[in-house]
Amino acid sequence: MTGTASPMTDDILLSAQNLSVRFGGVLAVNNVGFEVRRGEVFTLIGPNGAGKTTVFNLISRIYTPTTGTIHYAGPDGMLSLTDQPPHKVAGLGIARTFQNIELFEHASVLHNLLIGRHTRRETGLWADLLFTRRVRDAEVRAREKAEEIIDFLDLQHYRDTLVAGLPYGVRKVVELARALCTEPRLLLLDEPSSGLNVEETDDMAFWIQDIQHELGITVLMVEHDMSLVSKVSDRVLAMNQGEVVAMGTPREVQSHPGVIEAYLGTIDDVSNLRRPAGSAPARMAR
Amino acid sequence: MRFLFKTSYEQDLRLAKHGGHLFWYGLLGLALVVAPWVAPEYWLAQLTFVLIYAIVGLGLMLLAGFTGLFSLGHAAFLGVGAYTQAVLTGMGWPFALSLACAAGLSAAVGVVVGLPALRVKGIYLGMATLSFGFIVEEVFARWESVTGGNSGKHLVPPEIWGFKFESTESFYFLCLVIALVSTLAILNLLRSPTGRAFVAIRDSEISAQSMGIHLARYKTLSFSLSAALAGIGGALYAHKLQFISPDQFNILQSIDLLLMIVIGGLGSVHGAFLGAIFLISMPQLISLGKDWLPASIGQAPGLQAVVYGAVLILFVLFEPMGLYGRWLKVRTWLQLFPFYRKGLFKRQKAFQKSDRLK
Repeated sequence: MTGTASPMTDDILLSAQNLSVRFGGVLAVNNVGFEVRRGEVFTLIGPNGAGKTTVFNLISRIYTPTTGTIHYAGPDGMLSLTDQPPHKVAGLGIARTFQNIELFEHASVLHNLLIGRHTRRETGLWADLLFTRRVRDAEVRAREKAEEIIDFLDLQHYRDTLVAGLPYGVRKVVELARALCTEPRLLLLDEPSSGLNVEETDDMAFWIQDIQHELGITVLMVEHDMSLVSKVSDRVLAMNQGEVVAMGTPREVQSHPGVIEAYLGTIDDVSNLRRPAGSAPARMAR
Repeated sequence: MRFLFKTSYEQDLRLAKHGGHLFWYGLLGLALVVAPWVAPEYWLAQLTFVLIYAIVGLGLMLLAGFTGLFSLGHAAFLGVGAYTQAVLTGMGWPFALSLACAAGLSAAVGVVVGLPALRVKGIYLGMATLSFGFIVEEVFARWESVTGGNSGKHLVPPEIWGFKFESTESFYFLCLVIALVSTLAILNLLRSPTGRAFVAIRDSEISAQSMGIHLARYKTLSFSLSAALAGIGGALYAHKLQFISPDQFNILQSIDLLLMIVIGGLGSVHGAFLGAIFLISMPQLISLGKDWLPASIGQAPGLQAVVYGAVLILFVLFEPMGLYGRWLKVRTWLQLFPFYRKGLFKRQKAFQKSDRLK
């Protein structure tokens, strides 16, 4: 199965095939397949309960698919992601953020970012206990990288603040910063704009574009805000009730009848609300 | 108010962040060094107990305060260390080697106890460690050929290169050095990647895992380090008392240890020491107070337990950050005087946190 399923082309970073997940009697994801190309922003959209976050949790190995495979072009070539233990995923270059912000609350912003450097740690327990010269140098290097990200996302002001005291919008950025600290090849953003105001959402859009163009990181995101989606996405996958409805450019997907149906209901649901032809309001006729 | 002017990243890695730290900790160190010549012997013995309990407290703080795993059976590790030390020094092994073995055996037992921690947490982990404590206490009582059973076991004074640590003063210095080394090790750990991984597990397991932290490995590591420190503390405890019996390592001892770090202040290294001071000085204060109370209360058995319980409840209600938290507030008040605001340390509600993935 794995031999035939692995993609042939070199520009594929992640390829999911025939993914299904069953929780008891609920089929949360049903036969979903897609491919994420290197360097693109790929967005999953769909109404609540469509299974978008479940797909994310499959990729970050929090869940294991009931059937199907996920292949990922790791640093050492194509590998089956479903065979990896969850803690190995970050080391392969896949970082993620969470829909409801999962930061380390009782630590400073800087501390959070340094935890993001965990996969790059160079020293073991005994060196750490003695805090040898090597640990000290490694710490300074980790700090330099963290400071780069702080500069990139304009977090200088919050560097030493405890996360527990930060406003929601800033936490969202800190979580993005922490993910970037792992130096990912694939960044999974779970609803980056949820809970943000209009300005913060605009900033987020700029940052996602910067991450794509300046840092060259492939982005896979789940998002509801269609203006953000159409601004930053190269391709969009629409899901509904665990199944793929449409895939293509943002414009194609937005005008796809299946997507409109998923969000607004069928034409029959609204047809009896329509005015008969020719009876336009008088105001308009004038 | 002190403003630090930072010019290099190395500055943030130093243990002493500014001159004030150097001065005050230097003064504390000096006081501890001259204590044997100044303090009466009884108080020096109490100070030795503070150091021993602080070593155990550091271990439990690492586990409960920094990794977020609560152990209700920590006295068992203390006991494993104490009995290992008693048996090995009784066989004529050198002190340092027996101490290393006591720490090592406790750590090994800690790994075994840490295994349920990989699956259960919170109250369930508490129950697992609690029952482990009972099992170990029972083993101490029943395995008479090694432990001497309920009649207990005597210890010989520690000896390094022919020097016997028999006097109160010399043993005090031995404990002081070991406490200092343990504290430095813990401080080093906390400013390095390993310590950060522990804190990450405490605050959010799900995102610690997605940052590449191997949960099972680090939880086990935390348990074994914590148990090793408890084992070292137990060995010193055994030498100090020169006699050990199973009932010294029962559930009450475990609760005392937990009480110590909660009252000291969870999640701070200072808390281990402040808690140890509290734990050792409280019985003294209670016995002083006994004379002032009416006989029906003052002479009642269980007075100490009632006071401990009341103090714990008061701390949980009014000062969840413990003695160290209280000290932080006092220090901030002094630094900001007269601009201290009442809500400065008010804990903020965490925003909606997802429970789904826990």
